[in-house]
Amino acid sequence: MNGVDRLTVSVGETGHLVMTGGREFDAGGKADRFKQVALPHLDAVYTLARYLMRNRSDADDAVQECYLRAYRYFDTFRGGPVKPWLLAILRNVCHGAHSENTRLVYGEDAGDDEAAAGPLWREQAETPEQTAMRHADSATMRRLIRELPAEFREVIVLREINDLSYRDIAAAIDAPIGTVMSRLARARGLLREAWLASGDDE
Amino acid sequence: MTCDEATILLHALVDGELDAGNAREVEAHVAACPDCAATLRELRALRGAIRPADLRYAAPDHLRRTIEGKLPASAPPVASRRAALKGFAFGAAASALAATGLLFIVTRDDERQRVLDEIVSAHLRSLQGDHLADVVSSDQHTVKPWFNGRLAASPPVMDLTAQGFTLLGARIDFVDARPIAAIVYRRRVHIINLFCEPAASPGETAATMQSLHGFNVRSWHEKGIHLWAVSDLAPDELRDFGEKFSAALTR
Repeated sequence: MNGVDRLTVSVGETGHLVMTGGREFDAGGKADRFKQVALPHLDAVYTLARYLMRNRSDADDAVQECYLRAYRYFDTFRGGPVKPWLLAILRNVCHGAHSENTRLVYGEDAGDDEAAAGPLWREQAETPEQTAMRHADSATMRRLIRELPAEFREVIVLREINDLSYRDIAAAIDAPIGTVMSRLARARGLLREAWLASGDDE
Repeated sequence: MTCDEATILLHALVDGELDAGNAREVEAHVAACPDCAATLRELRALRGAIRPADLRYAAPDHLRRTIEGKLPASAPPVASRRAALKGFAFGAAASALAATGLLFIVTRDDERQRVLDEIVSAHLRSLQGDHLADVVSSDQHTVKPWFNGRLAASPPVMDLTAQGFTLLGARIDFVDARPIAAIVYRRRVHIINLFCEPAASPGETAATMQSLHGFNVRSWHEKGIHLWAVSDLAPDELRDFGEKFSAALTR
């Protein structure tokens, strides 16, 4: 009887009485509500998936599974920020996929389609030289982030790319904020070393 | 503040996670400590390399479409209702054909079946959106008078709460192009629509149970009333409902 005995009666926009409560009449509205709150985070979820999974199609699958799972759990979602909640589900999906098929990227070469993957945004009024330079830098940085061990890679993606607060990162990776801080410091140390080394190579 | 403490707080400073007081302390330490000042510069340089880069990925359109397409269908209750609706759509098409007269001879024998089809479709419609009840009350003395002036005959409204079926309310529906009373009950998460209309004859016929488009329909005739109880409840529970209702009606 979990929650199904609740029945709310209210006057809807049309002036008709509206009854909600119980899964049976709520199904249509649930999907709409879910889409409204979850789909705006699709790019952020997809971005984390691309960094956690080996290639584009595995990332696609993981994101799809994440959204279907999130929809199933949506009844038990008790408010709060949606983005870390979705990212936590995605992370579980990716880890599950890893334990089954070892598809999670752990420092393997994942640059399958760097050139094809379009940037999400562009700075205005940049010269072709600047564009080329930035593309080179972006491709390098993506590769360097991919080469980080998974536990450091995910905090970098969540903080630097998906722009989550420490609190939201803690929620997404299910760890205390102290752990988030120490991992992020270590991750930046590793990334900086790799970045300097890549500069020496080029 | 020691350098060890400061090192980790430098990240929090760069990330804007420190409150004003802590930020001032860290900045004071950095001002006095060349090592930590160097670390902060390195941190900002790394950040300067990361932040302007295109590191995000845009989800491809096909992925967005696939997810949107799969979402409602992936929920079991919606899936079964969708399937049932498809089944009904065919029934409705057949009914529409019947209206042309072409199928009249065939459907004449199936008159009962057609009414059943319409009963189930009315049940399905009632589950969509805010269509379930026009009068919402668990009090039979509120629900029953609501029908006054809306229908030629006032339908029986029984309080079956003690028997495990909660009265939710009622509405007027249309079956076979005639207005018909629909009284709504709930058993756990299951909605029961009880449709009733005056019968031409006062007799009684035994109840029959049929399954249609995934719903069970119990139909019977007593005290000059035709009754159809429709639900996704299991047949034995729906039979139980019918018997409890009849018992209350006879009392």
